[in-house]
Amino acid sequence: MSEIKKDLVIIGGGPAGLAAAVSAAGEGVKDILIIERDIRLGGILNQCIHNGFGLHTFKEELTGPEYADRYIDMVRKEQIPYMLDTMVIDLSFDEKTGEKTVTAMNKTEGLFYVRARAVILAMGCRERPRGALNIPGFRPSGIYSAGTAQYYTNMEGKLPGKKVVILGSGDIGLIMARRMTYEGAKVLCVAELQPYSGGLKRNIVQCLDDFGIPLLLSHTVVDIKGKRRVEGVTIAEVDENKKPIPGTEVFYECDTLLLSCGLIPENELTDKLGAKMNPVTGGAFVNDSLETDIPGVYACGNVLHVHDLVDYVSGEAAAAGKNAADFLLGRNVQENDGSVINIKTENGVRYSVPSVVRPAQMPDTLTIRFRVGNEYRDKNLSVYLDGKQLMKLPKRIMAPGEMEQIILVKSKVGEIISGSEGKEHELIIRVEDKE
Amino acid sequence: METRELTCIRCPIGCHITVELENGEVKSITGNSCPRGEEYAASEVTHPVRTVTSLVRVNGGVRPVVSVKTAGDVPKEKMMDAVGALKSVTVDAPVSIGDIIAKDIAGTGADVVATSNVAKK
Amino acid sequence: MKDVTIIGAGVVGCAIARELSRYDLDVAVFEKEADVCEGTSKANSGIVHSGYDAKPGTLKARFNVEGNRLIHDLSKELDFPFKENGSLILALEEEGRKGIEELLERGIKNGVPGLRIVEKEELKRMEPNVSKNAVCALFAPTGGIVCPFNMTIAFAENAADNGVSFIFDAVTGIEKLEDEKGETFYRVASENGSVDTRTVVNAAGVYADVFHNMVCEKKIHITPVKGQYCLMDKTAGSYVKHTLFQLPTKSGKGILVTPTVHGNLMYGPTADEAEDPEDTSTTAEGLDTVLSKASLSVENLPRKTITSFAGLRAREDGRDFIVGEAQDAPGFFDAAGIESPGLTAAPAIGTYLAGLIAEKLNASEKKDFNPVRKGIPSIALASDEERAELIKKDPLYAKVVCRCELVTEGEIRDAIQRTLGATTVDGVKRRTRAGMGRCQTGFCLARTIPILAELLGKSTGEIEKSGHGSYYIDGEIKDTL
Repeated sequence: MSEIKKDLVIIGGGPAGLAAAVSAAGEGVKDILIIERDIRLGGILNQCIHNGFGLHTFKEELTGPEYADRYIDMVRKEQIPYMLDTMVIDLSFDEKTGEKTVTAMNKTEGLFYVRARAVILAMGCRERPRGALNIPGFRPSGIYSAGTAQYYTNMEGKLPGKKVVILGSGDIGLIMARRMTYEGAKVLCVAELQPYSGGLKRNIVQCLDDFGIPLLLSHTVVDIKGKRRVEGVTIAEVDENKKPIPGTEVFYECDTLLLSCGLIPENELTDKLGAKMNPVTGGAFVNDSLETDIPGVYACGNVLHVHDLVDYVSGEAAAAGKNAADFLLGRNVQENDGSVINIKTENGVRYSVPSVVRPAQMPDTLTIRFRVGNEYRDKNLSVYLDGKQLMKLPKRIMAPGEMEQIILVKSKVGEIISGSEGKEHELIIRVEDKE
Repeated sequence: METRELTCIRCPIGCHITVELENGEVKSITGNSCPRGEEYAASEVTHPVRTVTSLVRVNGGVRPVVSVKTAGDVPKEKMMDAVGALKSVTVDAPVSIGDIIAKDIAGTGADVVATSNVAKK
Repeated sequence: MKDVTIIGAGVVGCAIARELSRYDLDVAVFEKEADVCEGTSKANSGIVHSGYDAKPGTLKARFNVEGNRLIHDLSKELDFPFKENGSLILALEEEGRKGIEELLERGIKNGVPGLRIVEKEELKRMEPNVSKNAVCALFAPTGGIVCPFNMTIAFAENAADNGVSFIFDAVTGIEKLEDEKGETFYRVASENGSVDTRTVVNAAGVYADVFHNMVCEKKIHITPVKGQYCLMDKTAGSYVKHTLFQLPTKSGKGILVTPTVHGNLMYGPTADEAEDPEDTSTTAEGLDTVLSKASLSVENLPRKTITSFAGLRAREDGRDFIVGEAQDAPGFFDAAGIESPGLTAAPAIGTYLAGLIAEKLNASEKKDFNPVRKGIPSIALASDEERAELIKKDPLYAKVVCRCELVTEGEIRDAIQRTLGATTVDGVKRRTRAGMGRCQTGFCLARTIPILAELLGKSTGEIEKSGHGSYYIDGEIKDTL
């Protein structure tokens, strides 16, 4: 079996991997390899042919393939090597040498090992399948996750069905309601278990309202009919405990059920590596450098936590690329007295990325991203460091579908912790009522 | 007097805005909580437009379809006309991002351009 | 004139076919679905029972213990996954001890080897996650787990390799006739034709009563009993090592918690009579019951469901297997009422019935019978060296199609091109595990369909999940605009 050495291996050539590679190369890393399992770079963006990407990054509105192409161009200009149609099947770490081994295979090289000094995890995420939702009924064909239907339609030009019900109002589901309508299918309704939509407002208006497709909040699919192909689904209203309310069942005759009920970071390799995982995000725990608890292994994009906007993925990935470059080139090695700030999220805030900040290493400003677990209107978002209030941000609205962020300023952090005892500090992020 | 209800999409708050119209002219806009909402509502009730994204068949390409978009805005009521007009359009590979696929689609004045690259098989 | 016509290509029909293929006989298997292993055989617990449960003296007891013994060698000969992980029957309250002792006694009578009672502390050492309420358990070391798909498919492939023909056509009627010499023969009508046969084997699962009653005066009656299951993610697969049964109580037979031979964790089954023998739907109540009852056996039951499913067991009114030649229909052999422990018993039923039929037909053994069947090589289970070797032979073993279960295009092509190869997406899934993982075909479906289309010479629109109109792709974009 062949063996190659690389300074930096980036697993995944989607938006996160590409932005990380471009950033690392720009920061001076010479010996990079991107490993992509698909036959083209760009990841899921290739099938996201709708527009709305890039307003933050490029200050213009692009479609998914156009956005990906901008980064693919940068990768080509930097002459960063990449392998396509190549699957990473194992990832391990040698504690003594610090070396990481990436085991991969493809049709031309067979099975091979890459010994890497640093690795950036950028494998993205997958959709929650029907089974995980415990929807009772038959198991016929015609039940697809929204992304699978998107692949058929946008990449293959095939319709996965003609009369469609969508469960879950995540953005892919909303987008697919419009896409399938455009391609000649009839979308009957979108049912959402929660009392609010998990998708962006813009998508509700432009993908559902524009076409008169009803959004049924607090509704779910309680039965699937059809032994061979879907013949229909039964939708019922749910109560506060998400239990179907008897007597509210309505049967929809359809041949297709699309599911858009959440995304799960794809962390099989991270698990094999043995990195510490965050059960809330499904991604690894990372510090201010987006580094996992395995030194020299970074994570970014949807494999770390699910984002709503690709622009944020690119930003996060660029940071991971820069941090990997610092690690490889021995930069930003600060005197460390072992001080850490543990971030605690509570009272409506579900998690944060990163979850640990080293005050000596953190950049001058550090973006901390998080999500809330419910819809909150007219609340304060409060941040405390060692008991002292650092921020109080009035928020008109916060919702689970919209990622939130705060910017931590190094100088301000320094002021507070220099006056605190001990090396362990605590930063709390929480939702509070307005006085 | 005609009233129209709409959800503002300018930010995640999603204000429910009510617009009162008389003979096609905006008389009042209520429910918005910022000037951007007023601006959105005014244009959405008088002249709503969208960018349309869809697919066109490709001959001899590595993929059977290429993604496309309208290079300019299309009146909202013409969206389905625009995609319908693309049904009869077929292009030959290779196709590159930005290639004009169809001009003045469905009489909207907007051209349709490719948004992905499809190489020759 | 066929020598033997078997109705039903489930595990029992296929096991009989495989054993009959040892003899110089013209054997055909009829199956109404598009593939073998489409009925009860595909939706059950996948347990190789040790044999303590059945009443001594019953056919269930006999074939269970025999089948358990046979499966060890068969799994090697026919290359299907089997693991002797041992079973534990838990008493979840002190009153249960008596029941455990009775089971021990019954097991000994049935000839089950190695049975013993383990007390709370030993039990806890054997199964650290076992419920705190478990007071003791019966340990059956010969209990095991098997892949029911691969076991059935292995029987079928080996039978086909040895000359048995498989006909995917639904039998609609059987007529008992006599030839000019006055010997009984049967005319088996199917949707696409009819065939004359000297003997019939009725292995039709939940429909076995229909076929039996077509030719026999002494009627039998089968009730389909629905069993619902929940399958957990592989990350929960090592939560228990043994198969954990609950001691049956007044309120029912209990729900088992078991690792699967592929490393998942599974709970089930419920047992509710079904009116429709095709009703394999799950219900909200059923799935709730599975989870709530499974949680009695272990502490903090993992709830990482990746799929749920239901199967139908063929319960005959007499509650025992009906195996053998019908009294008033010479040459008509039943393998009916094969509910649990049918999967375990299948090889023994196969050997027994094949012996009877060969004797009746005065058949001699084939000289060139090949007992060995090689399964599809698994990249997921192979070492790096073995993987490199496979890829050297065929680079498509490096092309991953199913990410969750690490299944490659090489394996999928093998599954389609081998003897009795897959013709449907489900067929590929059961042979290779592509789509069995946590994303449940989300990624691989769109990649499997074109491979099937290419190798079967069909369009992608013609590729189905399980035949009979279970299409996926419904035309091209903008067709209906």
